[in-house]
Amino acid sequence: MDIARFKYKRKLRFGWLLKMAWRDSRRNRSRLFLFISSIVLGIAALVAIFSLGDNVRSDIESQAKTLVGADLVIESNKRVSSRIKPLLDSLGDQRSVERTFASMIYFTKNDGTRLVQVRALDGDYPYYGNIETTPARAARSFRKARQALVDKTLMLQYNAQVGDSIQIGDVTFAIAGVITKAPGRTGISTTVAPPVYIPLHYLDSTGLIQKGSRIATTYYYKYNQPAVIESIISDIEPRLEKEGLDYDTVEERKRNTGRAFEDFNQFLTLISFIALLLGCIGVASAIHIYMREKIASIAILRCLGVNSSQAFLIYLIQIVTIGLIGSILGAVLGIVIQQQLPAVFKDFLPVQVTTTISWKAITQGIISGVVISLLFALLPLVNVRNISPLYTLRLAVEQIRFRDPLKWLVYAAILFFVAGFTWWQIHNWRQAIIFTLSILGAFLVLSLVALLLRWLVRRFFPNSWNYLWRQGFANLYRPNNQTLILIVTIGLGAAFIGTLYFIQDILISRVTLSGSGNQPNMVLFDIQNSQKDSVAVLTKQYKLPVMQQVPIVTMRVEEINHQTSAQVKSDTSTGYRTEAYEWEFRVTYRDTLTSSEKLTAGKLYGPVRSSDDVIYISMEDRYAKRIHVNIGDHIIFNVQGTLIPTVVGSLRQVDWQRVQTNFRVVFPTGVLEEAPQFHVLVTRVPSPEVSARFQQAIVRKYPNVSVIDLNLILTVLDEVLDKIGFVIRFMAGFSIITGLIVLIASVLISKFQRIQESILLRTLGASRKQILFITAFEYFFLGALAAATGILLSMGASWALAKYSFNAPFTPHWLPILILFAAISLLTVIIGLFNSRSVLNKPPLEVLRKEV
Amino acid sequence: MLNVKNVSKTYQGAGQTLTVLNDVNFTVEAGSTVSIVGPSGSGKTTLLGLCAGLDRASLGSVELNNIRLDQLSEDERAQVRNRYVGFIFQNFQLLPTLTALENVMVPLELRGEKNVRARSISLLDKVGLHNRLHHYPAQLSGGEQQRVSLARAFANNPRILFADEPTGNLDVETSDKVIKLLFDLNQEAGTTLIIVTHNLELASQTKRIIRIKGGHIVADENN
Repeated sequence: MDIARFKYKRKLRFGWLLKMAWRDSRRNRSRLFLFISSIVLGIAALVAIFSLGDNVRSDIESQAKTLVGADLVIESNKRVSSRIKPLLDSLGDQRSVERTFASMIYFTKNDGTRLVQVRALDGDYPYYGNIETTPARAARSFRKARQALVDKTLMLQYNAQVGDSIQIGDVTFAIAGVITKAPGRTGISTTVAPPVYIPLHYLDSTGLIQKGSRIATTYYYKYNQPAVIESIISDIEPRLEKEGLDYDTVEERKRNTGRAFEDFNQFLTLISFIALLLGCIGVASAIHIYMREKIASIAILRCLGVNSSQAFLIYLIQIVTIGLIGSILGAVLGIVIQQQLPAVFKDFLPVQVTTTISWKAITQGIISGVVISLLFALLPLVNVRNISPLYTLRLAVEQIRFRDPLKWLVYAAILFFVAGFTWWQIHNWRQAIIFTLSILGAFLVLSLVALLLRWLVRRFFPNSWNYLWRQGFANLYRPNNQTLILIVTIGLGAAFIGTLYFIQDILISRVTLSGSGNQPNMVLFDIQNSQKDSVAVLTKQYKLPVMQQVPIVTMRVEEINHQTSAQVKSDTSTGYRTEAYEWEFRVTYRDTLTSSEKLTAGKLYGPVRSSDDVIYISMEDRYAKRIHVNIGDHIIFNVQGTLIPTVVGSLRQVDWQRVQTNFRVVFPTGVLEEAPQFHVLVTRVPSPEVSARFQQAIVRKYPNVSVIDLNLILTVLDEVLDKIGFVIRFMAGFSIITGLIVLIASVLISKFQRIQESILLRTLGASRKQILFITAFEYFFLGALAAATGILLSMGASWALAKYSFNAPFTPHWLPILILFAAISLLTVIIGLFNSRSVLNKPPLEVLRKEV
Repeated sequence: MLNVKNVSKTYQGAGQTLTVLNDVNFTVEAGSTVSIVGPSGSGKTTLLGLCAGLDRASLGSVELNNIRLDQLSEDERAQVRNRYVGFIFQNFQLLPTLTALENVMVPLELRGEKNVRARSISLLDKVGLHNRLHHYPAQLSGGEQQRVSLARAFANNPRILFADEPTGNLDVETSDKVIKLLFDLNQEAGTTLIIVTHNLELASQTKRIIRIKGGHIVADENN
């Protein structure tokens, strides 16, 4: 007979494969449900975040006009020159002007004082959308009277009511309404200095506008035919640039808002993705054990003539189907979660977010879920191809070890998918690869710890210990042990929670440290030349130290080594960063270094005595490096229209952590004394009561002077961190709950493996207490080791973040670490015991009938 | 039907080579019935695995229905098994998630044949299980499971049937019934039957007995 006819040509018979997949899964569907459950939350988080992204993008598109409130906005951070004023007054069919500055306000009812952002408005702005106020009519009516609109949080903080009075500078305003929402402002951006609107024509009488005051002016224009804006912009752009004015249009704002939101969205997506990855470990673990149980069935099928591809496909169909069901369930849950997201993220979203169902997001979520769960399932699944029919005759399953080179291909595919998915989100290969490698690193470290543990326990097995301890220990390395899977899942969860905690701790301690001891904790700024001495006297009257008093002059860079901004823009080979030209420098002048500064190059040249002397400035070393400036470079500064040529004479290292005035650029004395300037005074207040009294005195006597109380900053930072922390905790919740599900699933799956043995022990006379001890010991050991490894990983990651990102020392507190460690270990034991309760509480035979 | 030439099978253990079968030679004519008997560890199950194409010999060749199994890949041997070979195992080896009827249908479905259901019901009827069609293996007794296994083994009209200790897990009374059924079906279908067994009473019912010990054939006699 011709053997060629037996060369493999068989059709796959897809219909039959589907039928077999269905039949084969019949009695294991509850087990497969565990597989589904571990990916559901990850997919839900992804779909919810994808949907949020889609909705925000379309909302930005539809609400962009209300974000800007006008068709064209032109902004200036300095006094608008008379050269450009006629142009600004001629643009648009309708126009409004707003002048913005930081100032103290004073609540007359209860003597409360607070730094706010005063927005003095003239005109009908906003032309699109509203300043939302309570009562609603206040948004319009305040413009016609001596009235103010006050931010909601400020009203709550000072227990103020509509109708109460506030004093800004020399003028008292009645509170006409409470601002609930203003165009384009998110909650976070208004936290440090909440907005207060007043009519522009009262601004002069406040007496706050003085020489050197830092006031921004914004012009809002409405066009009856917005289509003309583009051509107007191209006409006036060079003039605006020359005068140092910025402009914003609806299209520009769409792009900028979109970009800012995308960063936030990417962060949320990556956190969701981590939850999904964690779930996928559960998938790989569940399928691994599932396939082990299927070896006998596969061997029988192979005996009956099923080829390796068909056997593989029977299980692949099951996995894909179950992955699809899991992903669909996840997507449905994601849609439910999506409804809650606008409330969770309200402080971070630039627009009013709708919660429309995004089919694109759902499809993306489902495809991602199916692909990644399949990839992880493929790791144990590729083994199907190697199962020999011979196992029907000799079923020594425990000894089966597969070494399949295809597995490496699957590992590569997983890494590629993770990196590819990350790139899809952040569009940066370097960051995508770092993210992938970090996750891979965490996986590897935890896997190595697990393998090392297994090896150590086996190698140094405590033979002399009593039986219960030995049995508990032995469970760590015996066949079907959960050491690897539990240490990886619990460890990753612990690492994640630990990192979040440490980052929060680093940020908070960074600020509180600066405020401790004899460090300054209050800064007074906007002090005019004429007020300089009397403010210092007042400070001393309150028995407060004048720790620093420095003049500040604002200026811009005009030229660096004879290159203007325009030249640098057109010729990138110069290496100078255009940001140097756009930045408004706040500069001081002195001939010495402060305690927070150290010279790293060049020298301080001392005072400038004649107009022929070269003016040697000192620049902060990191900033100089960033804008590619070095010792000897020529820089021309523009101080309110006066050009001052300088040479970089020295570079300084500056400790920005200190609460005191620090500067990127320091001039020598003898140059800026006559320039428009204001002064800053730094002091330390011993208590909140003294702080309140001192601030009231300052505001009453020097209404133009603003006060920043470090305690206020701490409170604000605490609030901001709390809000950020809530978002992080909300998103991390997906990973943590997924970790718990994977933990429960792993323990449940292993229960099927261990149940016969536990029952055998019970049959042989082991008491409930003894089995309880063995089980508890095994889970405690696994939980404790995983938690310890995870916490160590998180400490490593946090140390790196502290050192390289936050430039802060990393000094972890041990008590919370111990609490986290104990909580995770205990949780593992509780879940382990809870899942084993049937073995503990029921007669052996009943359990055998039911579970095996 | 089956031609085993100079077959040896060795396994690599911890630093040593274990020879399970050593230069085994025999031929089985179509339609005959043969028992392979021997003590535990003599290599009889390994020999059955090689003859049925479940494994490859380390040396020598196995020719089944004029097809050299050692020249085929595992998937090609699977096709040969599906077309020409039937199996009966000591522990029945039914698929636990399939009903009795579905277990019998699988080999026929694999071949893409028609009237699969009716033919399978008829086979189960022949083994006396017409009222147990939709029961799962776990719901059947050992004897019933082995009868389903018999129906499955004959479903694809095999040219050769390999049985590994077919009564090893059954009581005497049930064994007798299963053996009778096995030989009746075999006679009816004209299948070549090769049984590996310890049970000398069962072996005595075949036309030929091959005795194996320590991996060698020590006797080859006709009944």
